[in-house]
Amino acid sequence: MAMISEEHNKEKLGFEETELRLGLPGGGGGIVNGDFGKNTNANGKRGYLETVNLKLNLSLKETEKGENLQKEKNLISCSNNAVKPPTKTQVVGWPPVRSFRKNVMAVQKSNSEEGVGGTATFVKVSMDGAPYLRKVDLNMYKSYQDLYGALGKMFSSFTMGKCDSQGMMDFMNESKLMDLLNGSDFVPTYEDKDGDWMLVGDVPWEMFVGSCKRLRIMKGTEAIGLAPRALEKCKYRS
Amino acid sequence: MAQSFPEDVLEHVFSFLNYDKDRNAVSLVCKSWYEIERLCRRRIFIGNCYAVSPEIVIRRFPDVRAVELKGKPHFADFNLVPEGWGGYVYPWIVSLARAYPWLEEIKLKRMVVTDESLELISKSFKNFKVLVLLSCEGFTTDGLASIAANCRNLRELDLGESEVEDLSGHWLSHFPDNCTSLVSLNISCLGSEVSFCALERLVARCPNLKTLRLNRAVPLEKLPNLLCRAPQLVELGTGVYSAEIQSDIFSNLAEAFLGCKQLKGLSGFWDVVPAYLPAMYSVCSRITSLNLSYATAQNPELVHFVSQCSNLQRLWVLDYIEDAGLEALAASCKDLHELRVFPSDPFDAEANVSLTEQGLVAVSEGCPKLQSVLYFCRQMSNAALVAIARSRPNMIRFRLCIIEPRAPDYLTLEPLDTGFGAIVENCKELRRLSMSGLLTDRVFEYIGTHAKKLEMLSIAFAGDSDLGLHHVLSGCESLRKLEIRDCPFGDKALLANATKLETMRSLWMSSCSVSFGACKLLGQKMPRLNVEVINERGPPDSGPESCPVEKLYVYRTIAGPRVDMPGFVWTMDEQVSSSLSRVTERRGD
Repeated sequence: MAMISEEHNKEKLGFEETELRLGLPGGGGGIVNGDFGKNTNANGKRGYLETVNLKLNLSLKETEKGENLQKEKNLISCSNNAVKPPTKTQVVGWPPVRSFRKNVMAVQKSNSEEGVGGTATFVKVSMDGAPYLRKVDLNMYKSYQDLYGALGKMFSSFTMGKCDSQGMMDFMNESKLMDLLNGSDFVPTYEDKDGDWMLVGDVPWEMFVGSCKRLRIMKGTEAIGLAPRALEKCKYRS
Repeated sequence: MAQSFPEDVLEHVFSFLNYDKDRNAVSLVCKSWYEIERLCRRRIFIGNCYAVSPEIVIRRFPDVRAVELKGKPHFADFNLVPEGWGGYVYPWIVSLARAYPWLEEIKLKRMVVTDESLELISKSFKNFKVLVLLSCEGFTTDGLASIAANCRNLRELDLGESEVEDLSGHWLSHFPDNCTSLVSLNISCLGSEVSFCALERLVARCPNLKTLRLNRAVPLEKLPNLLCRAPQLVELGTGVYSAEIQSDIFSNLAEAFLGCKQLKGLSGFWDVVPAYLPAMYSVCSRITSLNLSYATAQNPELVHFVSQCSNLQRLWVLDYIEDAGLEALAASCKDLHELRVFPSDPFDAEANVSLTEQGLVAVSEGCPKLQSVLYFCRQMSNAALVAIARSRPNMIRFRLCIIEPRAPDYLTLEPLDTGFGAIVENCKELRRLSMSGLLTDRVFEYIGTHAKKLEMLSIAFAGDSDLGLHHVLSGCESLRKLEIRDCPFGDKALLANATKLETMRSLWMSSCSVSFGACKLLGQKMPRLNVEVINERGPPDSGPESCPVEKLYVYRTIAGPRVDMPGFVWTMDEQVSSSLSRVTERRGD
């Protein structure tokens, strides 16, 4: 701060308009009312660029001297940081729409395009006894376990039996399947591309996402009727 | 005056002063006034949480009942501030908990709030009444459960547009059965469904509930259940405004709305089904505030609905309203103060709707009280801006976003300098301005000359040289916040106006041409500024001093450099010139 006030005293005469000051800058700039085209020099006022250099020539010039040699060599490393004109591809944070709004709009857009192309695969989820349906975007999940977790949250009375580490039910073990169906209150089923109702978990996750049209969380006892069919399909595929 | 008034008389007089500006002025009169005022100030507003430390606040104001804090810079809303930058509220809560056991209100904006903070709040302040979290993040519904369970006298819980990790809707059930004090509840940002029974009972037992903003998951068929139990509501945010078309749902809804004689504000409207809009016709004439900005359907019914609201003062809407809808608005809503038109498809270069500058001109010309505008569109002309400026010299906030950066006047292909120049010249009370389109240094000359009341300015992809920035910093006397991105502004203007920065709250510059050397110099020369360099690609000293920094955030502070910076933020101060790497080591990242 001391350095600046020294300069201030030395160069006060003639530089009032642009002197560095603490507090608010003085009123009235160098521009005469209404005539924006005028060259500021014609008014007899110093161009601001010159003034700036005078004010700070001490510090800036010193650092510049040392750098002139370095400048040429380092231009390339700087180029990435220089101001680039925006390309036609999306610029970060532009247009200035808040993330909250962007997220909401993205969800709503996906809802209206039910899994037809795009990056969302929304399917309806119904649960026996629940008053209304929900929708899930299957692309949001990476495994059956993820999906069960989400469904569990959505329909809090829904419980899902455990899956093995690959997230696939072991249809080779018929007794395991029966335990599952008898033990749980609810079981997820889905309608596939053929229009058949299947037990969720029989095929690899990616295949499931591709073929699932809608989900229904059934009472376990009702789902028993599906099991033989599931076994049938599984045997056919393997 | 030989004798001054007794202290309690002065204190009584001061109790009528609610604005910070007035209280600050009063405290500068003399030492005894300063002392009296500080002991009786009950509300504190801190526009930048890093401008002051909790200790300094507590030392000066020993008996505070309401605190308002803001954290991240505004451009954080648009993902320009990297994750982890700062704005943590926890240290504040710890200090406030110790110093102000009678604290009643906490309002936070753009801060990182953890469940730990929320729990601490819920347990530290016995008479806690108001919690407002706008655009905050970092907490889950577990934190909300603490608030619900422990704040016996909670009056207001407003989650704004915060990012909440939604573990379950169960938190709402934590409000005890004897909680009857709620006046305002805003949970619209939450995804999970809350227990409807719990919500219904809560609403029923809070007779003073005036504001209820539901989240999307609350189905339309159930809305009447809530409205019937809260006919005194003044502001309602619906859940999803869509259901199977059934006559009983419609009649229940219409009847419920008929009972809401105090209703003045409506929001929500996720997924609007036009058939259900007429159910609200009975309230239209009383509506002063309408937020349809999440109603993502092209909808002539919506326009008709809006036109019914003859007393409308504030309208937020998507560009689906189109020029025709805005013309209808201009004809029917003569009391309009504020208009915000958001883009339905911001990332599509092609226009998906017929909304142009004409819509804004129509509203500006037709609505004599219009003073606040936020408008996204794809074309603009100087002629339109001049027309707006001439019609509305009472404009206070004007934010225009032309979606394509550097878009010129679409009629003449010239820059939009003249148009924005007309705005600042005619609208002498203008306090906030955001500009877009093709702009040269000339527009900044106009701004520096005319925009004397301007407090906040946002600039993007504009200007030719440092002269532009210099005009703004040297001319705008009332400037408090300046945010700039992607402009060719560099060292000269910044350094020449260094002292100006101490009169402002903050300056943000990203993707400009401010060199690391200049940042260091500024930091060294101005000890009462924190000059933060944000470089995600690596330490700023890994290149030459002339290399531009990625992002720069400068703000005045009496708390010195902050100690909670992440690895990609450096404060430029005396220590910086010695060794950058030593500074990072000392921080122990």
